[in-house]
Amino acid sequence: MGTAGVDLTDLELDALTELVNLGVSRAALSLREMVSAQVLLSVPSVSLVSRDRATAILAEREASKLVAVHQVFQGDITGRALLIFPETKSLELVRAVTGGTLPLEDIIELEQEALAETGNIILNGCLATIANMLQRSLKVSLPEILRGESRQVFDLAPPPEAGDVVMFIYIDFAVRDRNVNGYVAMLMDMPSLVALKGLLGEFIERTAGGPAAMSHA
Amino acid sequence: MPFRVLVVDDSRLARMAIARALSSIRPDWVRVEAGDADEAMALARQEPVQMALLDFNMPGRDGLTLASELRALDPGMPVAVISANHQEEVVRRAREIGTTFLPKPLTEQAMEAFLDQVAPLPRAGGR
Repeated sequence: MGTAGVDLTDLELDALTELVNLGVSRAALSLREMVSAQVLLSVPSVSLVSRDRATAILAEREASKLVAVHQVFQGDITGRALLIFPETKSLELVRAVTGGTLPLEDIIELEQEALAETGNIILNGCLATIANMLQRSLKVSLPEILRGESRQVFDLAPPPEAGDVVMFIYIDFAVRDRNVNGYVAMLMDMPSLVALKGLLGEFIERTAGGPAAMSHA
Repeated sequence: MPFRVLVVDDSRLARMAIARALSSIRPDWVRVEAGDADEAMALARQEPVQMALLDFNMPGRDGLTLASELRALDPGMPVAVISANHQEEVVRRAREIGTTFLPKPLTEQAMEAFLDQVAPLPRAGGR
């Protein structure tokens, strides 16, 4: 007690990575339907970092300005899910999801709406899978579009409740044969990590079984 | 000689889930586990395996690439590729190289159906 941090065990981190992998993989199916092209995914990366470090990681990866679709999830765990891509790729994504037949002026006009809807489908798909696997429900806010440097994307009000440590999860995606790529990131602060640790423990028990389940059978 | 099945997934939890299902469906099989393709190939070369259950999305080479490499060692080996990413392209590639695609999270029923298809238990008399 008295420590500011919550440590996840290797197996809990593994379980969280696997959950995010499941969530993003399912969400990629929806995106695949929308863009009619294969969506390539990286292996997810999960780390416990300071918010500054998360911002720096984003800044290192992308020199250009970013566009992000942002949704807040609330329930036993609370946090933010972001679909992030370089600003230069935003119109290309809209072109991909609208079928590529619209003139540029229509695409520009639709950009905001199409980004919000695409983000909503991907992020909700991902969060719904995670919530189902954890057997908890999550309320998800409406999508909001953010533009700017990585600092603006991450330094959102309200500031983290406890400490400045966030769980930073990201997974890269790219659409095959289209110049579109980006990543899904999730941020959670400390109180949520405590709750998450408990939920991951239950999830691991259900998934892998264990001595307790056997001996009380 | 015991039946050796190779289980490859970068997630330990996913390997535990597969192990749990396998040990209830085919308790006498020997499991050989690896966390990536390199480790898997090293194990398969060391001592032959009779079946492989592979995750698709792994650091290094993916499960489909690994499946092709394992097939080069043993063209008849039954291989299942397990993934939540059932996009057409992935499923088609899995079929093209003669592997079975199984959705993740893997249920015991799906695993049993696959095993019954590729490695049926010898029937006991009198049934």
